[in-house]
Amino acid sequence: MNFFAGTWVAEWVEGLGRIALLATEAIGSMCRFRAAWRDLLYQLYFVGVKSQPVVLITGSFIGMVFAAQTAAQFHKVKMDTATLAAVGVAMCTELGPVLTGLMIAGRVGAAIAAEIGTMRVTEQIDALRTLATHPVDYLVAPRLLAGVLALPLLTAEATFLGISAGFGVAVYYYNIDPVYLWVNMLKHTADTDVAIGLIKAVIFGGIVALVGCYKGMTCGEGAEGVGRATTEAVVYSSIAVLITDFFLTLSLNALFNGV
Amino acid sequence: MIEVRNLEKSFGPQKVLDGVSLKIETGESVVIIGRSGGGKSVLLKHIVGLLQSDSGDVLIDGENIEPMNERELIRVRSKFGMLFQGAALFDSMTVAENIGFAFRHKKEMSPEQIRCKVAEALEVVELSGIENKKPSELSGGMRKRVGLARAIVYQPQIVLYDEPTTGLDPIVSDTIDHLILRVRDRYKVTSVVVTHDMRSARRVGQRILMLHNKKIYATGTPDEIFNSSDPIVRQFIDGVSDLKNVDF
Repeated sequence: MNFFAGTWVAEWVEGLGRIALLATEAIGSMCRFRAAWRDLLYQLYFVGVKSQPVVLITGSFIGMVFAAQTAAQFHKVKMDTATLAAVGVAMCTELGPVLTGLMIAGRVGAAIAAEIGTMRVTEQIDALRTLATHPVDYLVAPRLLAGVLALPLLTAEATFLGISAGFGVAVYYYNIDPVYLWVNMLKHTADTDVAIGLIKAVIFGGIVALVGCYKGMTCGEGAEGVGRATTEAVVYSSIAVLITDFFLTLSLNALFNGV
Repeated sequence: MIEVRNLEKSFGPQKVLDGVSLKIETGESVVIIGRSGGGKSVLLKHIVGLLQSDSGDVLIDGENIEPMNERELIRVRSKFGMLFQGAALFDSMTVAENIGFAFRHKKEMSPEQIRCKVAEALEVVELSGIENKKPSELSGGMRKRVGLARAIVYQPQIVLYDEPTTGLDPIVSDTIDHLILRVRDRYKVTSVVVTHDMRSARRVGQRILMLHNKKIYATGTPDEIFNSSDPIVRQFIDGVSDLKNVDF
């Protein structure tokens, strides 16, 4: 039992080390502008534009659900007009970045792992290398950069949609005064809340892209290997987003709010 | 010149190469034969630095590539072109984009010059006019020929062929053999062909190396190898299985 636990921990630590090395190589490649602009633009289109339906639905529905739950609870203590303030803070700091991160992990992380994994098992990555192209420059750097750039924008979009949809539910379904709702939201939602959400989104974007690339580049042979890499990319990047979120929340609260 | 010294490679507990040494002169055409799973492709991938050995050296024009990292290897790999077993074409790109891939970072080349180079490479492999097709629209033989065009378009000094005729009918195999010879004569390249197709080995090789039991077991001209009386060489050339000692 101890032996298996030890092996599992060793493999886990080795995996983290390999991801760190991949990240170092990819960041070095990004800093030296080794990634081609057209590859970056395509990845931005793939991560950003193609994710619009997912972000639109996730952002607006989570905003509506959260507004409905909050309004129902706040009504009991006669704090109905604070509903949108709670929605605003929650969407900016937590629900926006985390749910967008999770949805992108499912959509983009899986696609990255499947595409790179298939390239690996069909020797296309070896072909790249024989054509004097570093796989990190061509495959990892553009995806990492696209993830880091696109996720904050998608998060901002999801947050805006969530607050707007929550506003609509609070006003039209629960008949709460729109002016009080709006003023209270502006009063209680600080710039730092928006900043915290966007910083988290940058880091989540990097995690999803890196885990997807790593799982693709290290996938096992055949269809089974690609399938497993795809599943693991989604599971591991989702878990990493949730765990990182906790530590980011603690450190960003300490940094911005002094608590 | 390619020189391999005491190359050893294991995958987990399984040793694939055990002290392989060989030397290939510039402009020479060498065929490496041996049984399936015997380590021929592994040896080829070591020559181009796609795999790293457990011990031993690989020297390309006197430069040891074994201690090099991936970035340093990029410079050495620009001397190589490689045709993969399954052609390994980039399936998201057209034929023209596949062949012109090596020029994508060469800013001094105009799109028109790249188009000309691609057309010329396609002409060498007798596939003119298929620039806009996707790899999924091509037959197995056509994919191999496009793979060959991609390998030779930037006129490398060394071309490696990993089982170029495997899975092809005899007529298409014959075409591929002629293309290998044409590329060798036209561009004066060093050719290293890994195959277990004996007809192909005889046709394209100036020298044949036989990999057996994780080592280079026999070496000689095609005539020497095909007229060898060594029982292991004979068994491989004649394609005779040993039913008492089945190993597959």
